[in-house]
Amino acid sequence: MSRILRTILKRELQSYFSTAIAYVFILIFLVLSGLFTFYIGSFYERQQADLAPFFTFHPWLYLFLIPAIAMRIWSEERKSGSIELLLTLPIARRHLVLGKFLAAWLFAGIALLLTFPLWLTVNYLGDPDNGVILASYIGSWLMAGGFIAIGSCMSALTKSQVIAFVLCSFVCLLFVMAGFPLVLNAFKGWVPLVVLDTLASLSFLTHFAAVSKGVLSLQDFLFFVSVILVWLGASSIILDIKKGG
Amino acid sequence: MIQVKHLSKAYGDLLVVKDLSFNLVPGEILGFLGPNGAGKSTTMKMLTGFLTPTSGEISIWGHRLPEESLLAQSRIGYLPEGAPCYEEMTPAGFLAFIAEVRGYSGSDATAAVDRAIDTMSLGSVLHQKIETLSKGYKRRVGLAQAILHEPEILILDEPTDGLDPNQKHQVREMIKGLSKEKIVIISTHILEEVTAVCNRVMVLAAGRIVSDSTPADLLAKSSFRDAISLSFQGEQIPNEAVTLLGELNGVKNVMVTADSLVIFPSPGQVNLLADIYESARAHGWQLSSIHVEKGRLDDVFRSLTEGVAA
Ligand SMILES: Nc1ncnc2c1ncn2[C@@H]1O[C@H](COP(=O)(O)OP(=O)(O)OP(=O)(O)O)[C@@H](O)[C@H]1O
Ligand SMILES: [Mg+2]
Repeated sequence: MSRILRTILKRELQSYFSTAIAYVFILIFLVLSGLFTFYIGSFYERQQADLAPFFTFHPWLYLFLIPAIAMRIWSEERKSGSIELLLTLPIARRHLVLGKFLAAWLFAGIALLLTFPLWLTVNYLGDPDNGVILASYIGSWLMAGGFIAIGSCMSALTKSQVIAFVLCSFVCLLFVMAGFPLVLNAFKGWVPLVVLDTLASLSFLTHFAAVSKGVLSLQDFLFFVSVILVWLGASSIILDIKKGG
Repeated sequence: MIQVKHLSKAYGDLLVVKDLSFNLVPGEILGFLGPNGAGKSTTMKMLTGFLTPTSGEISIWGHRLPEESLLAQSRIGYLPEGAPCYEEMTPAGFLAFIAEVRGYSGSDATAAVDRAIDTMSLGSVLHQKIETLSKGYKRRVGLAQAILHEPEILILDEPTDGLDPNQKHQVREMIKGLSKEKIVIISTHILEEVTAVCNRVMVLAAGRIVSDSTPADLLAKSSFRDAISLSFQGEQIPNEAVTLLGELNGVKNVMVTADSLVIFPSPGQVNLLADIYESARAHGWQLSSIHVEKGRLDDVFRSLTEGVAA
């Protein structure tokens, strides 16, 4: 990793932890994932030693938690004016966009890792396939990356964090829902089949379904990686167009 | 060396910088003057590569913007308007970050940060969050950031705004003390600052250059140039003095201000001072001071910029 990238990553990550955001976020994430898993996901009633109920809810959890960390990526800098400082330092645009993304992604990773008591619990209660659990963790983190990349792009659009949050949640919702029968049915019949297939194939839900069962295929892996790259590219372009505000 | 050719910037339909062309060579300290909204900050934002010009060319030491902006930016130190910073950081952390970005590491980084801290007298607030600093200290953090890598080009947007008199003096001394190899551009609303630190002044109005000269030449344009100011003991200006001096040979007209009487000579007049002094003695006016004006910048500023259509 280049030096400059590390410098930016470090500063951004520190800035998460220097405000209350980090702690509030982690706390809420842990509480909600616990609630979802044990109450709604009927963790005990299923009588199975795995974390499928935990992972199944991640797309929905991320839908409003990830925008909460991604909204600040650029909006905060626009609001405070520090973007003028940042963009006049000799830093290549790709390092800047990637550094900020990686910081948010690492932060989400830390929150994810802190759910390890759940993993301990299933191992205590039964004999789960830990390979499956690991694959699910990686898949979930990849999906979080996709959400964050979308958030970075939405955040680059506006200096209002609230607007960035709403936009990001909305676009993420579109991506999650794209594979839903409800959505697909609405399009069925009047759009060409290719479009329908493309739409379905863009769904986070479709790609995550296999992942949450512990199957991390190369195809799903590549899907999330390309989602990340495309949205980061878009962030970079928007920054160039909308520098001054 | 900075070269600017036919630089313009429009926000939507609104043209705010219009066809600026100028060159700056090492050793020049340029003062940007102009009323609010004249386009000073916008021009600086384009020179630092933050804004892309609508048209025109900028080259910084041979590096063209925006294609080679990273090379240009590494030679520039910039204090944006309002000195924005990462408020949640401490000055120590913030300056260490800037040093790293500027390519310093290890003991070089420490030395560069220490030097900037020293120049801007930040020692007492190093570990306090920037958001809790007073306005003047924030500005000093911004300045420290700009000078940290000893840039060849320093672009400072209202650097002394909000500083106490001691710090104003220190910043001016810092700028004057820079080596002759550097280029400095400062914008300011404090006109004396221009005479104190700059060797070139550019006045912008409604996005155009309306004057580009040395501070001395600018002063010479003042209608107060060579006028004679009298002030009287007790600050009372005798009516008799106003009338009599107004009728004195070689006097074009007189002006009464709050605390002084200003006498404007007719063109080519030289010996007025002696005549006025004689008159005062003859009539027993109690003068507290008498001096020949070098010119007043606010007067020049007003005549250059007032009524310039946007
Ligand atoms: N983002 C923007 N969108 C639209 N107009 C803008 C924007 N930024 C600046 N302007 C306009 O550009 C003009 C020049 O602004 P600029 O900030 O360069 O002035 P200035 O000379 O620095 O003034 P001041 O002395 O108040 O700092 C102003 O009329 C301002 O309203
Ligand atoms: Mg300004």
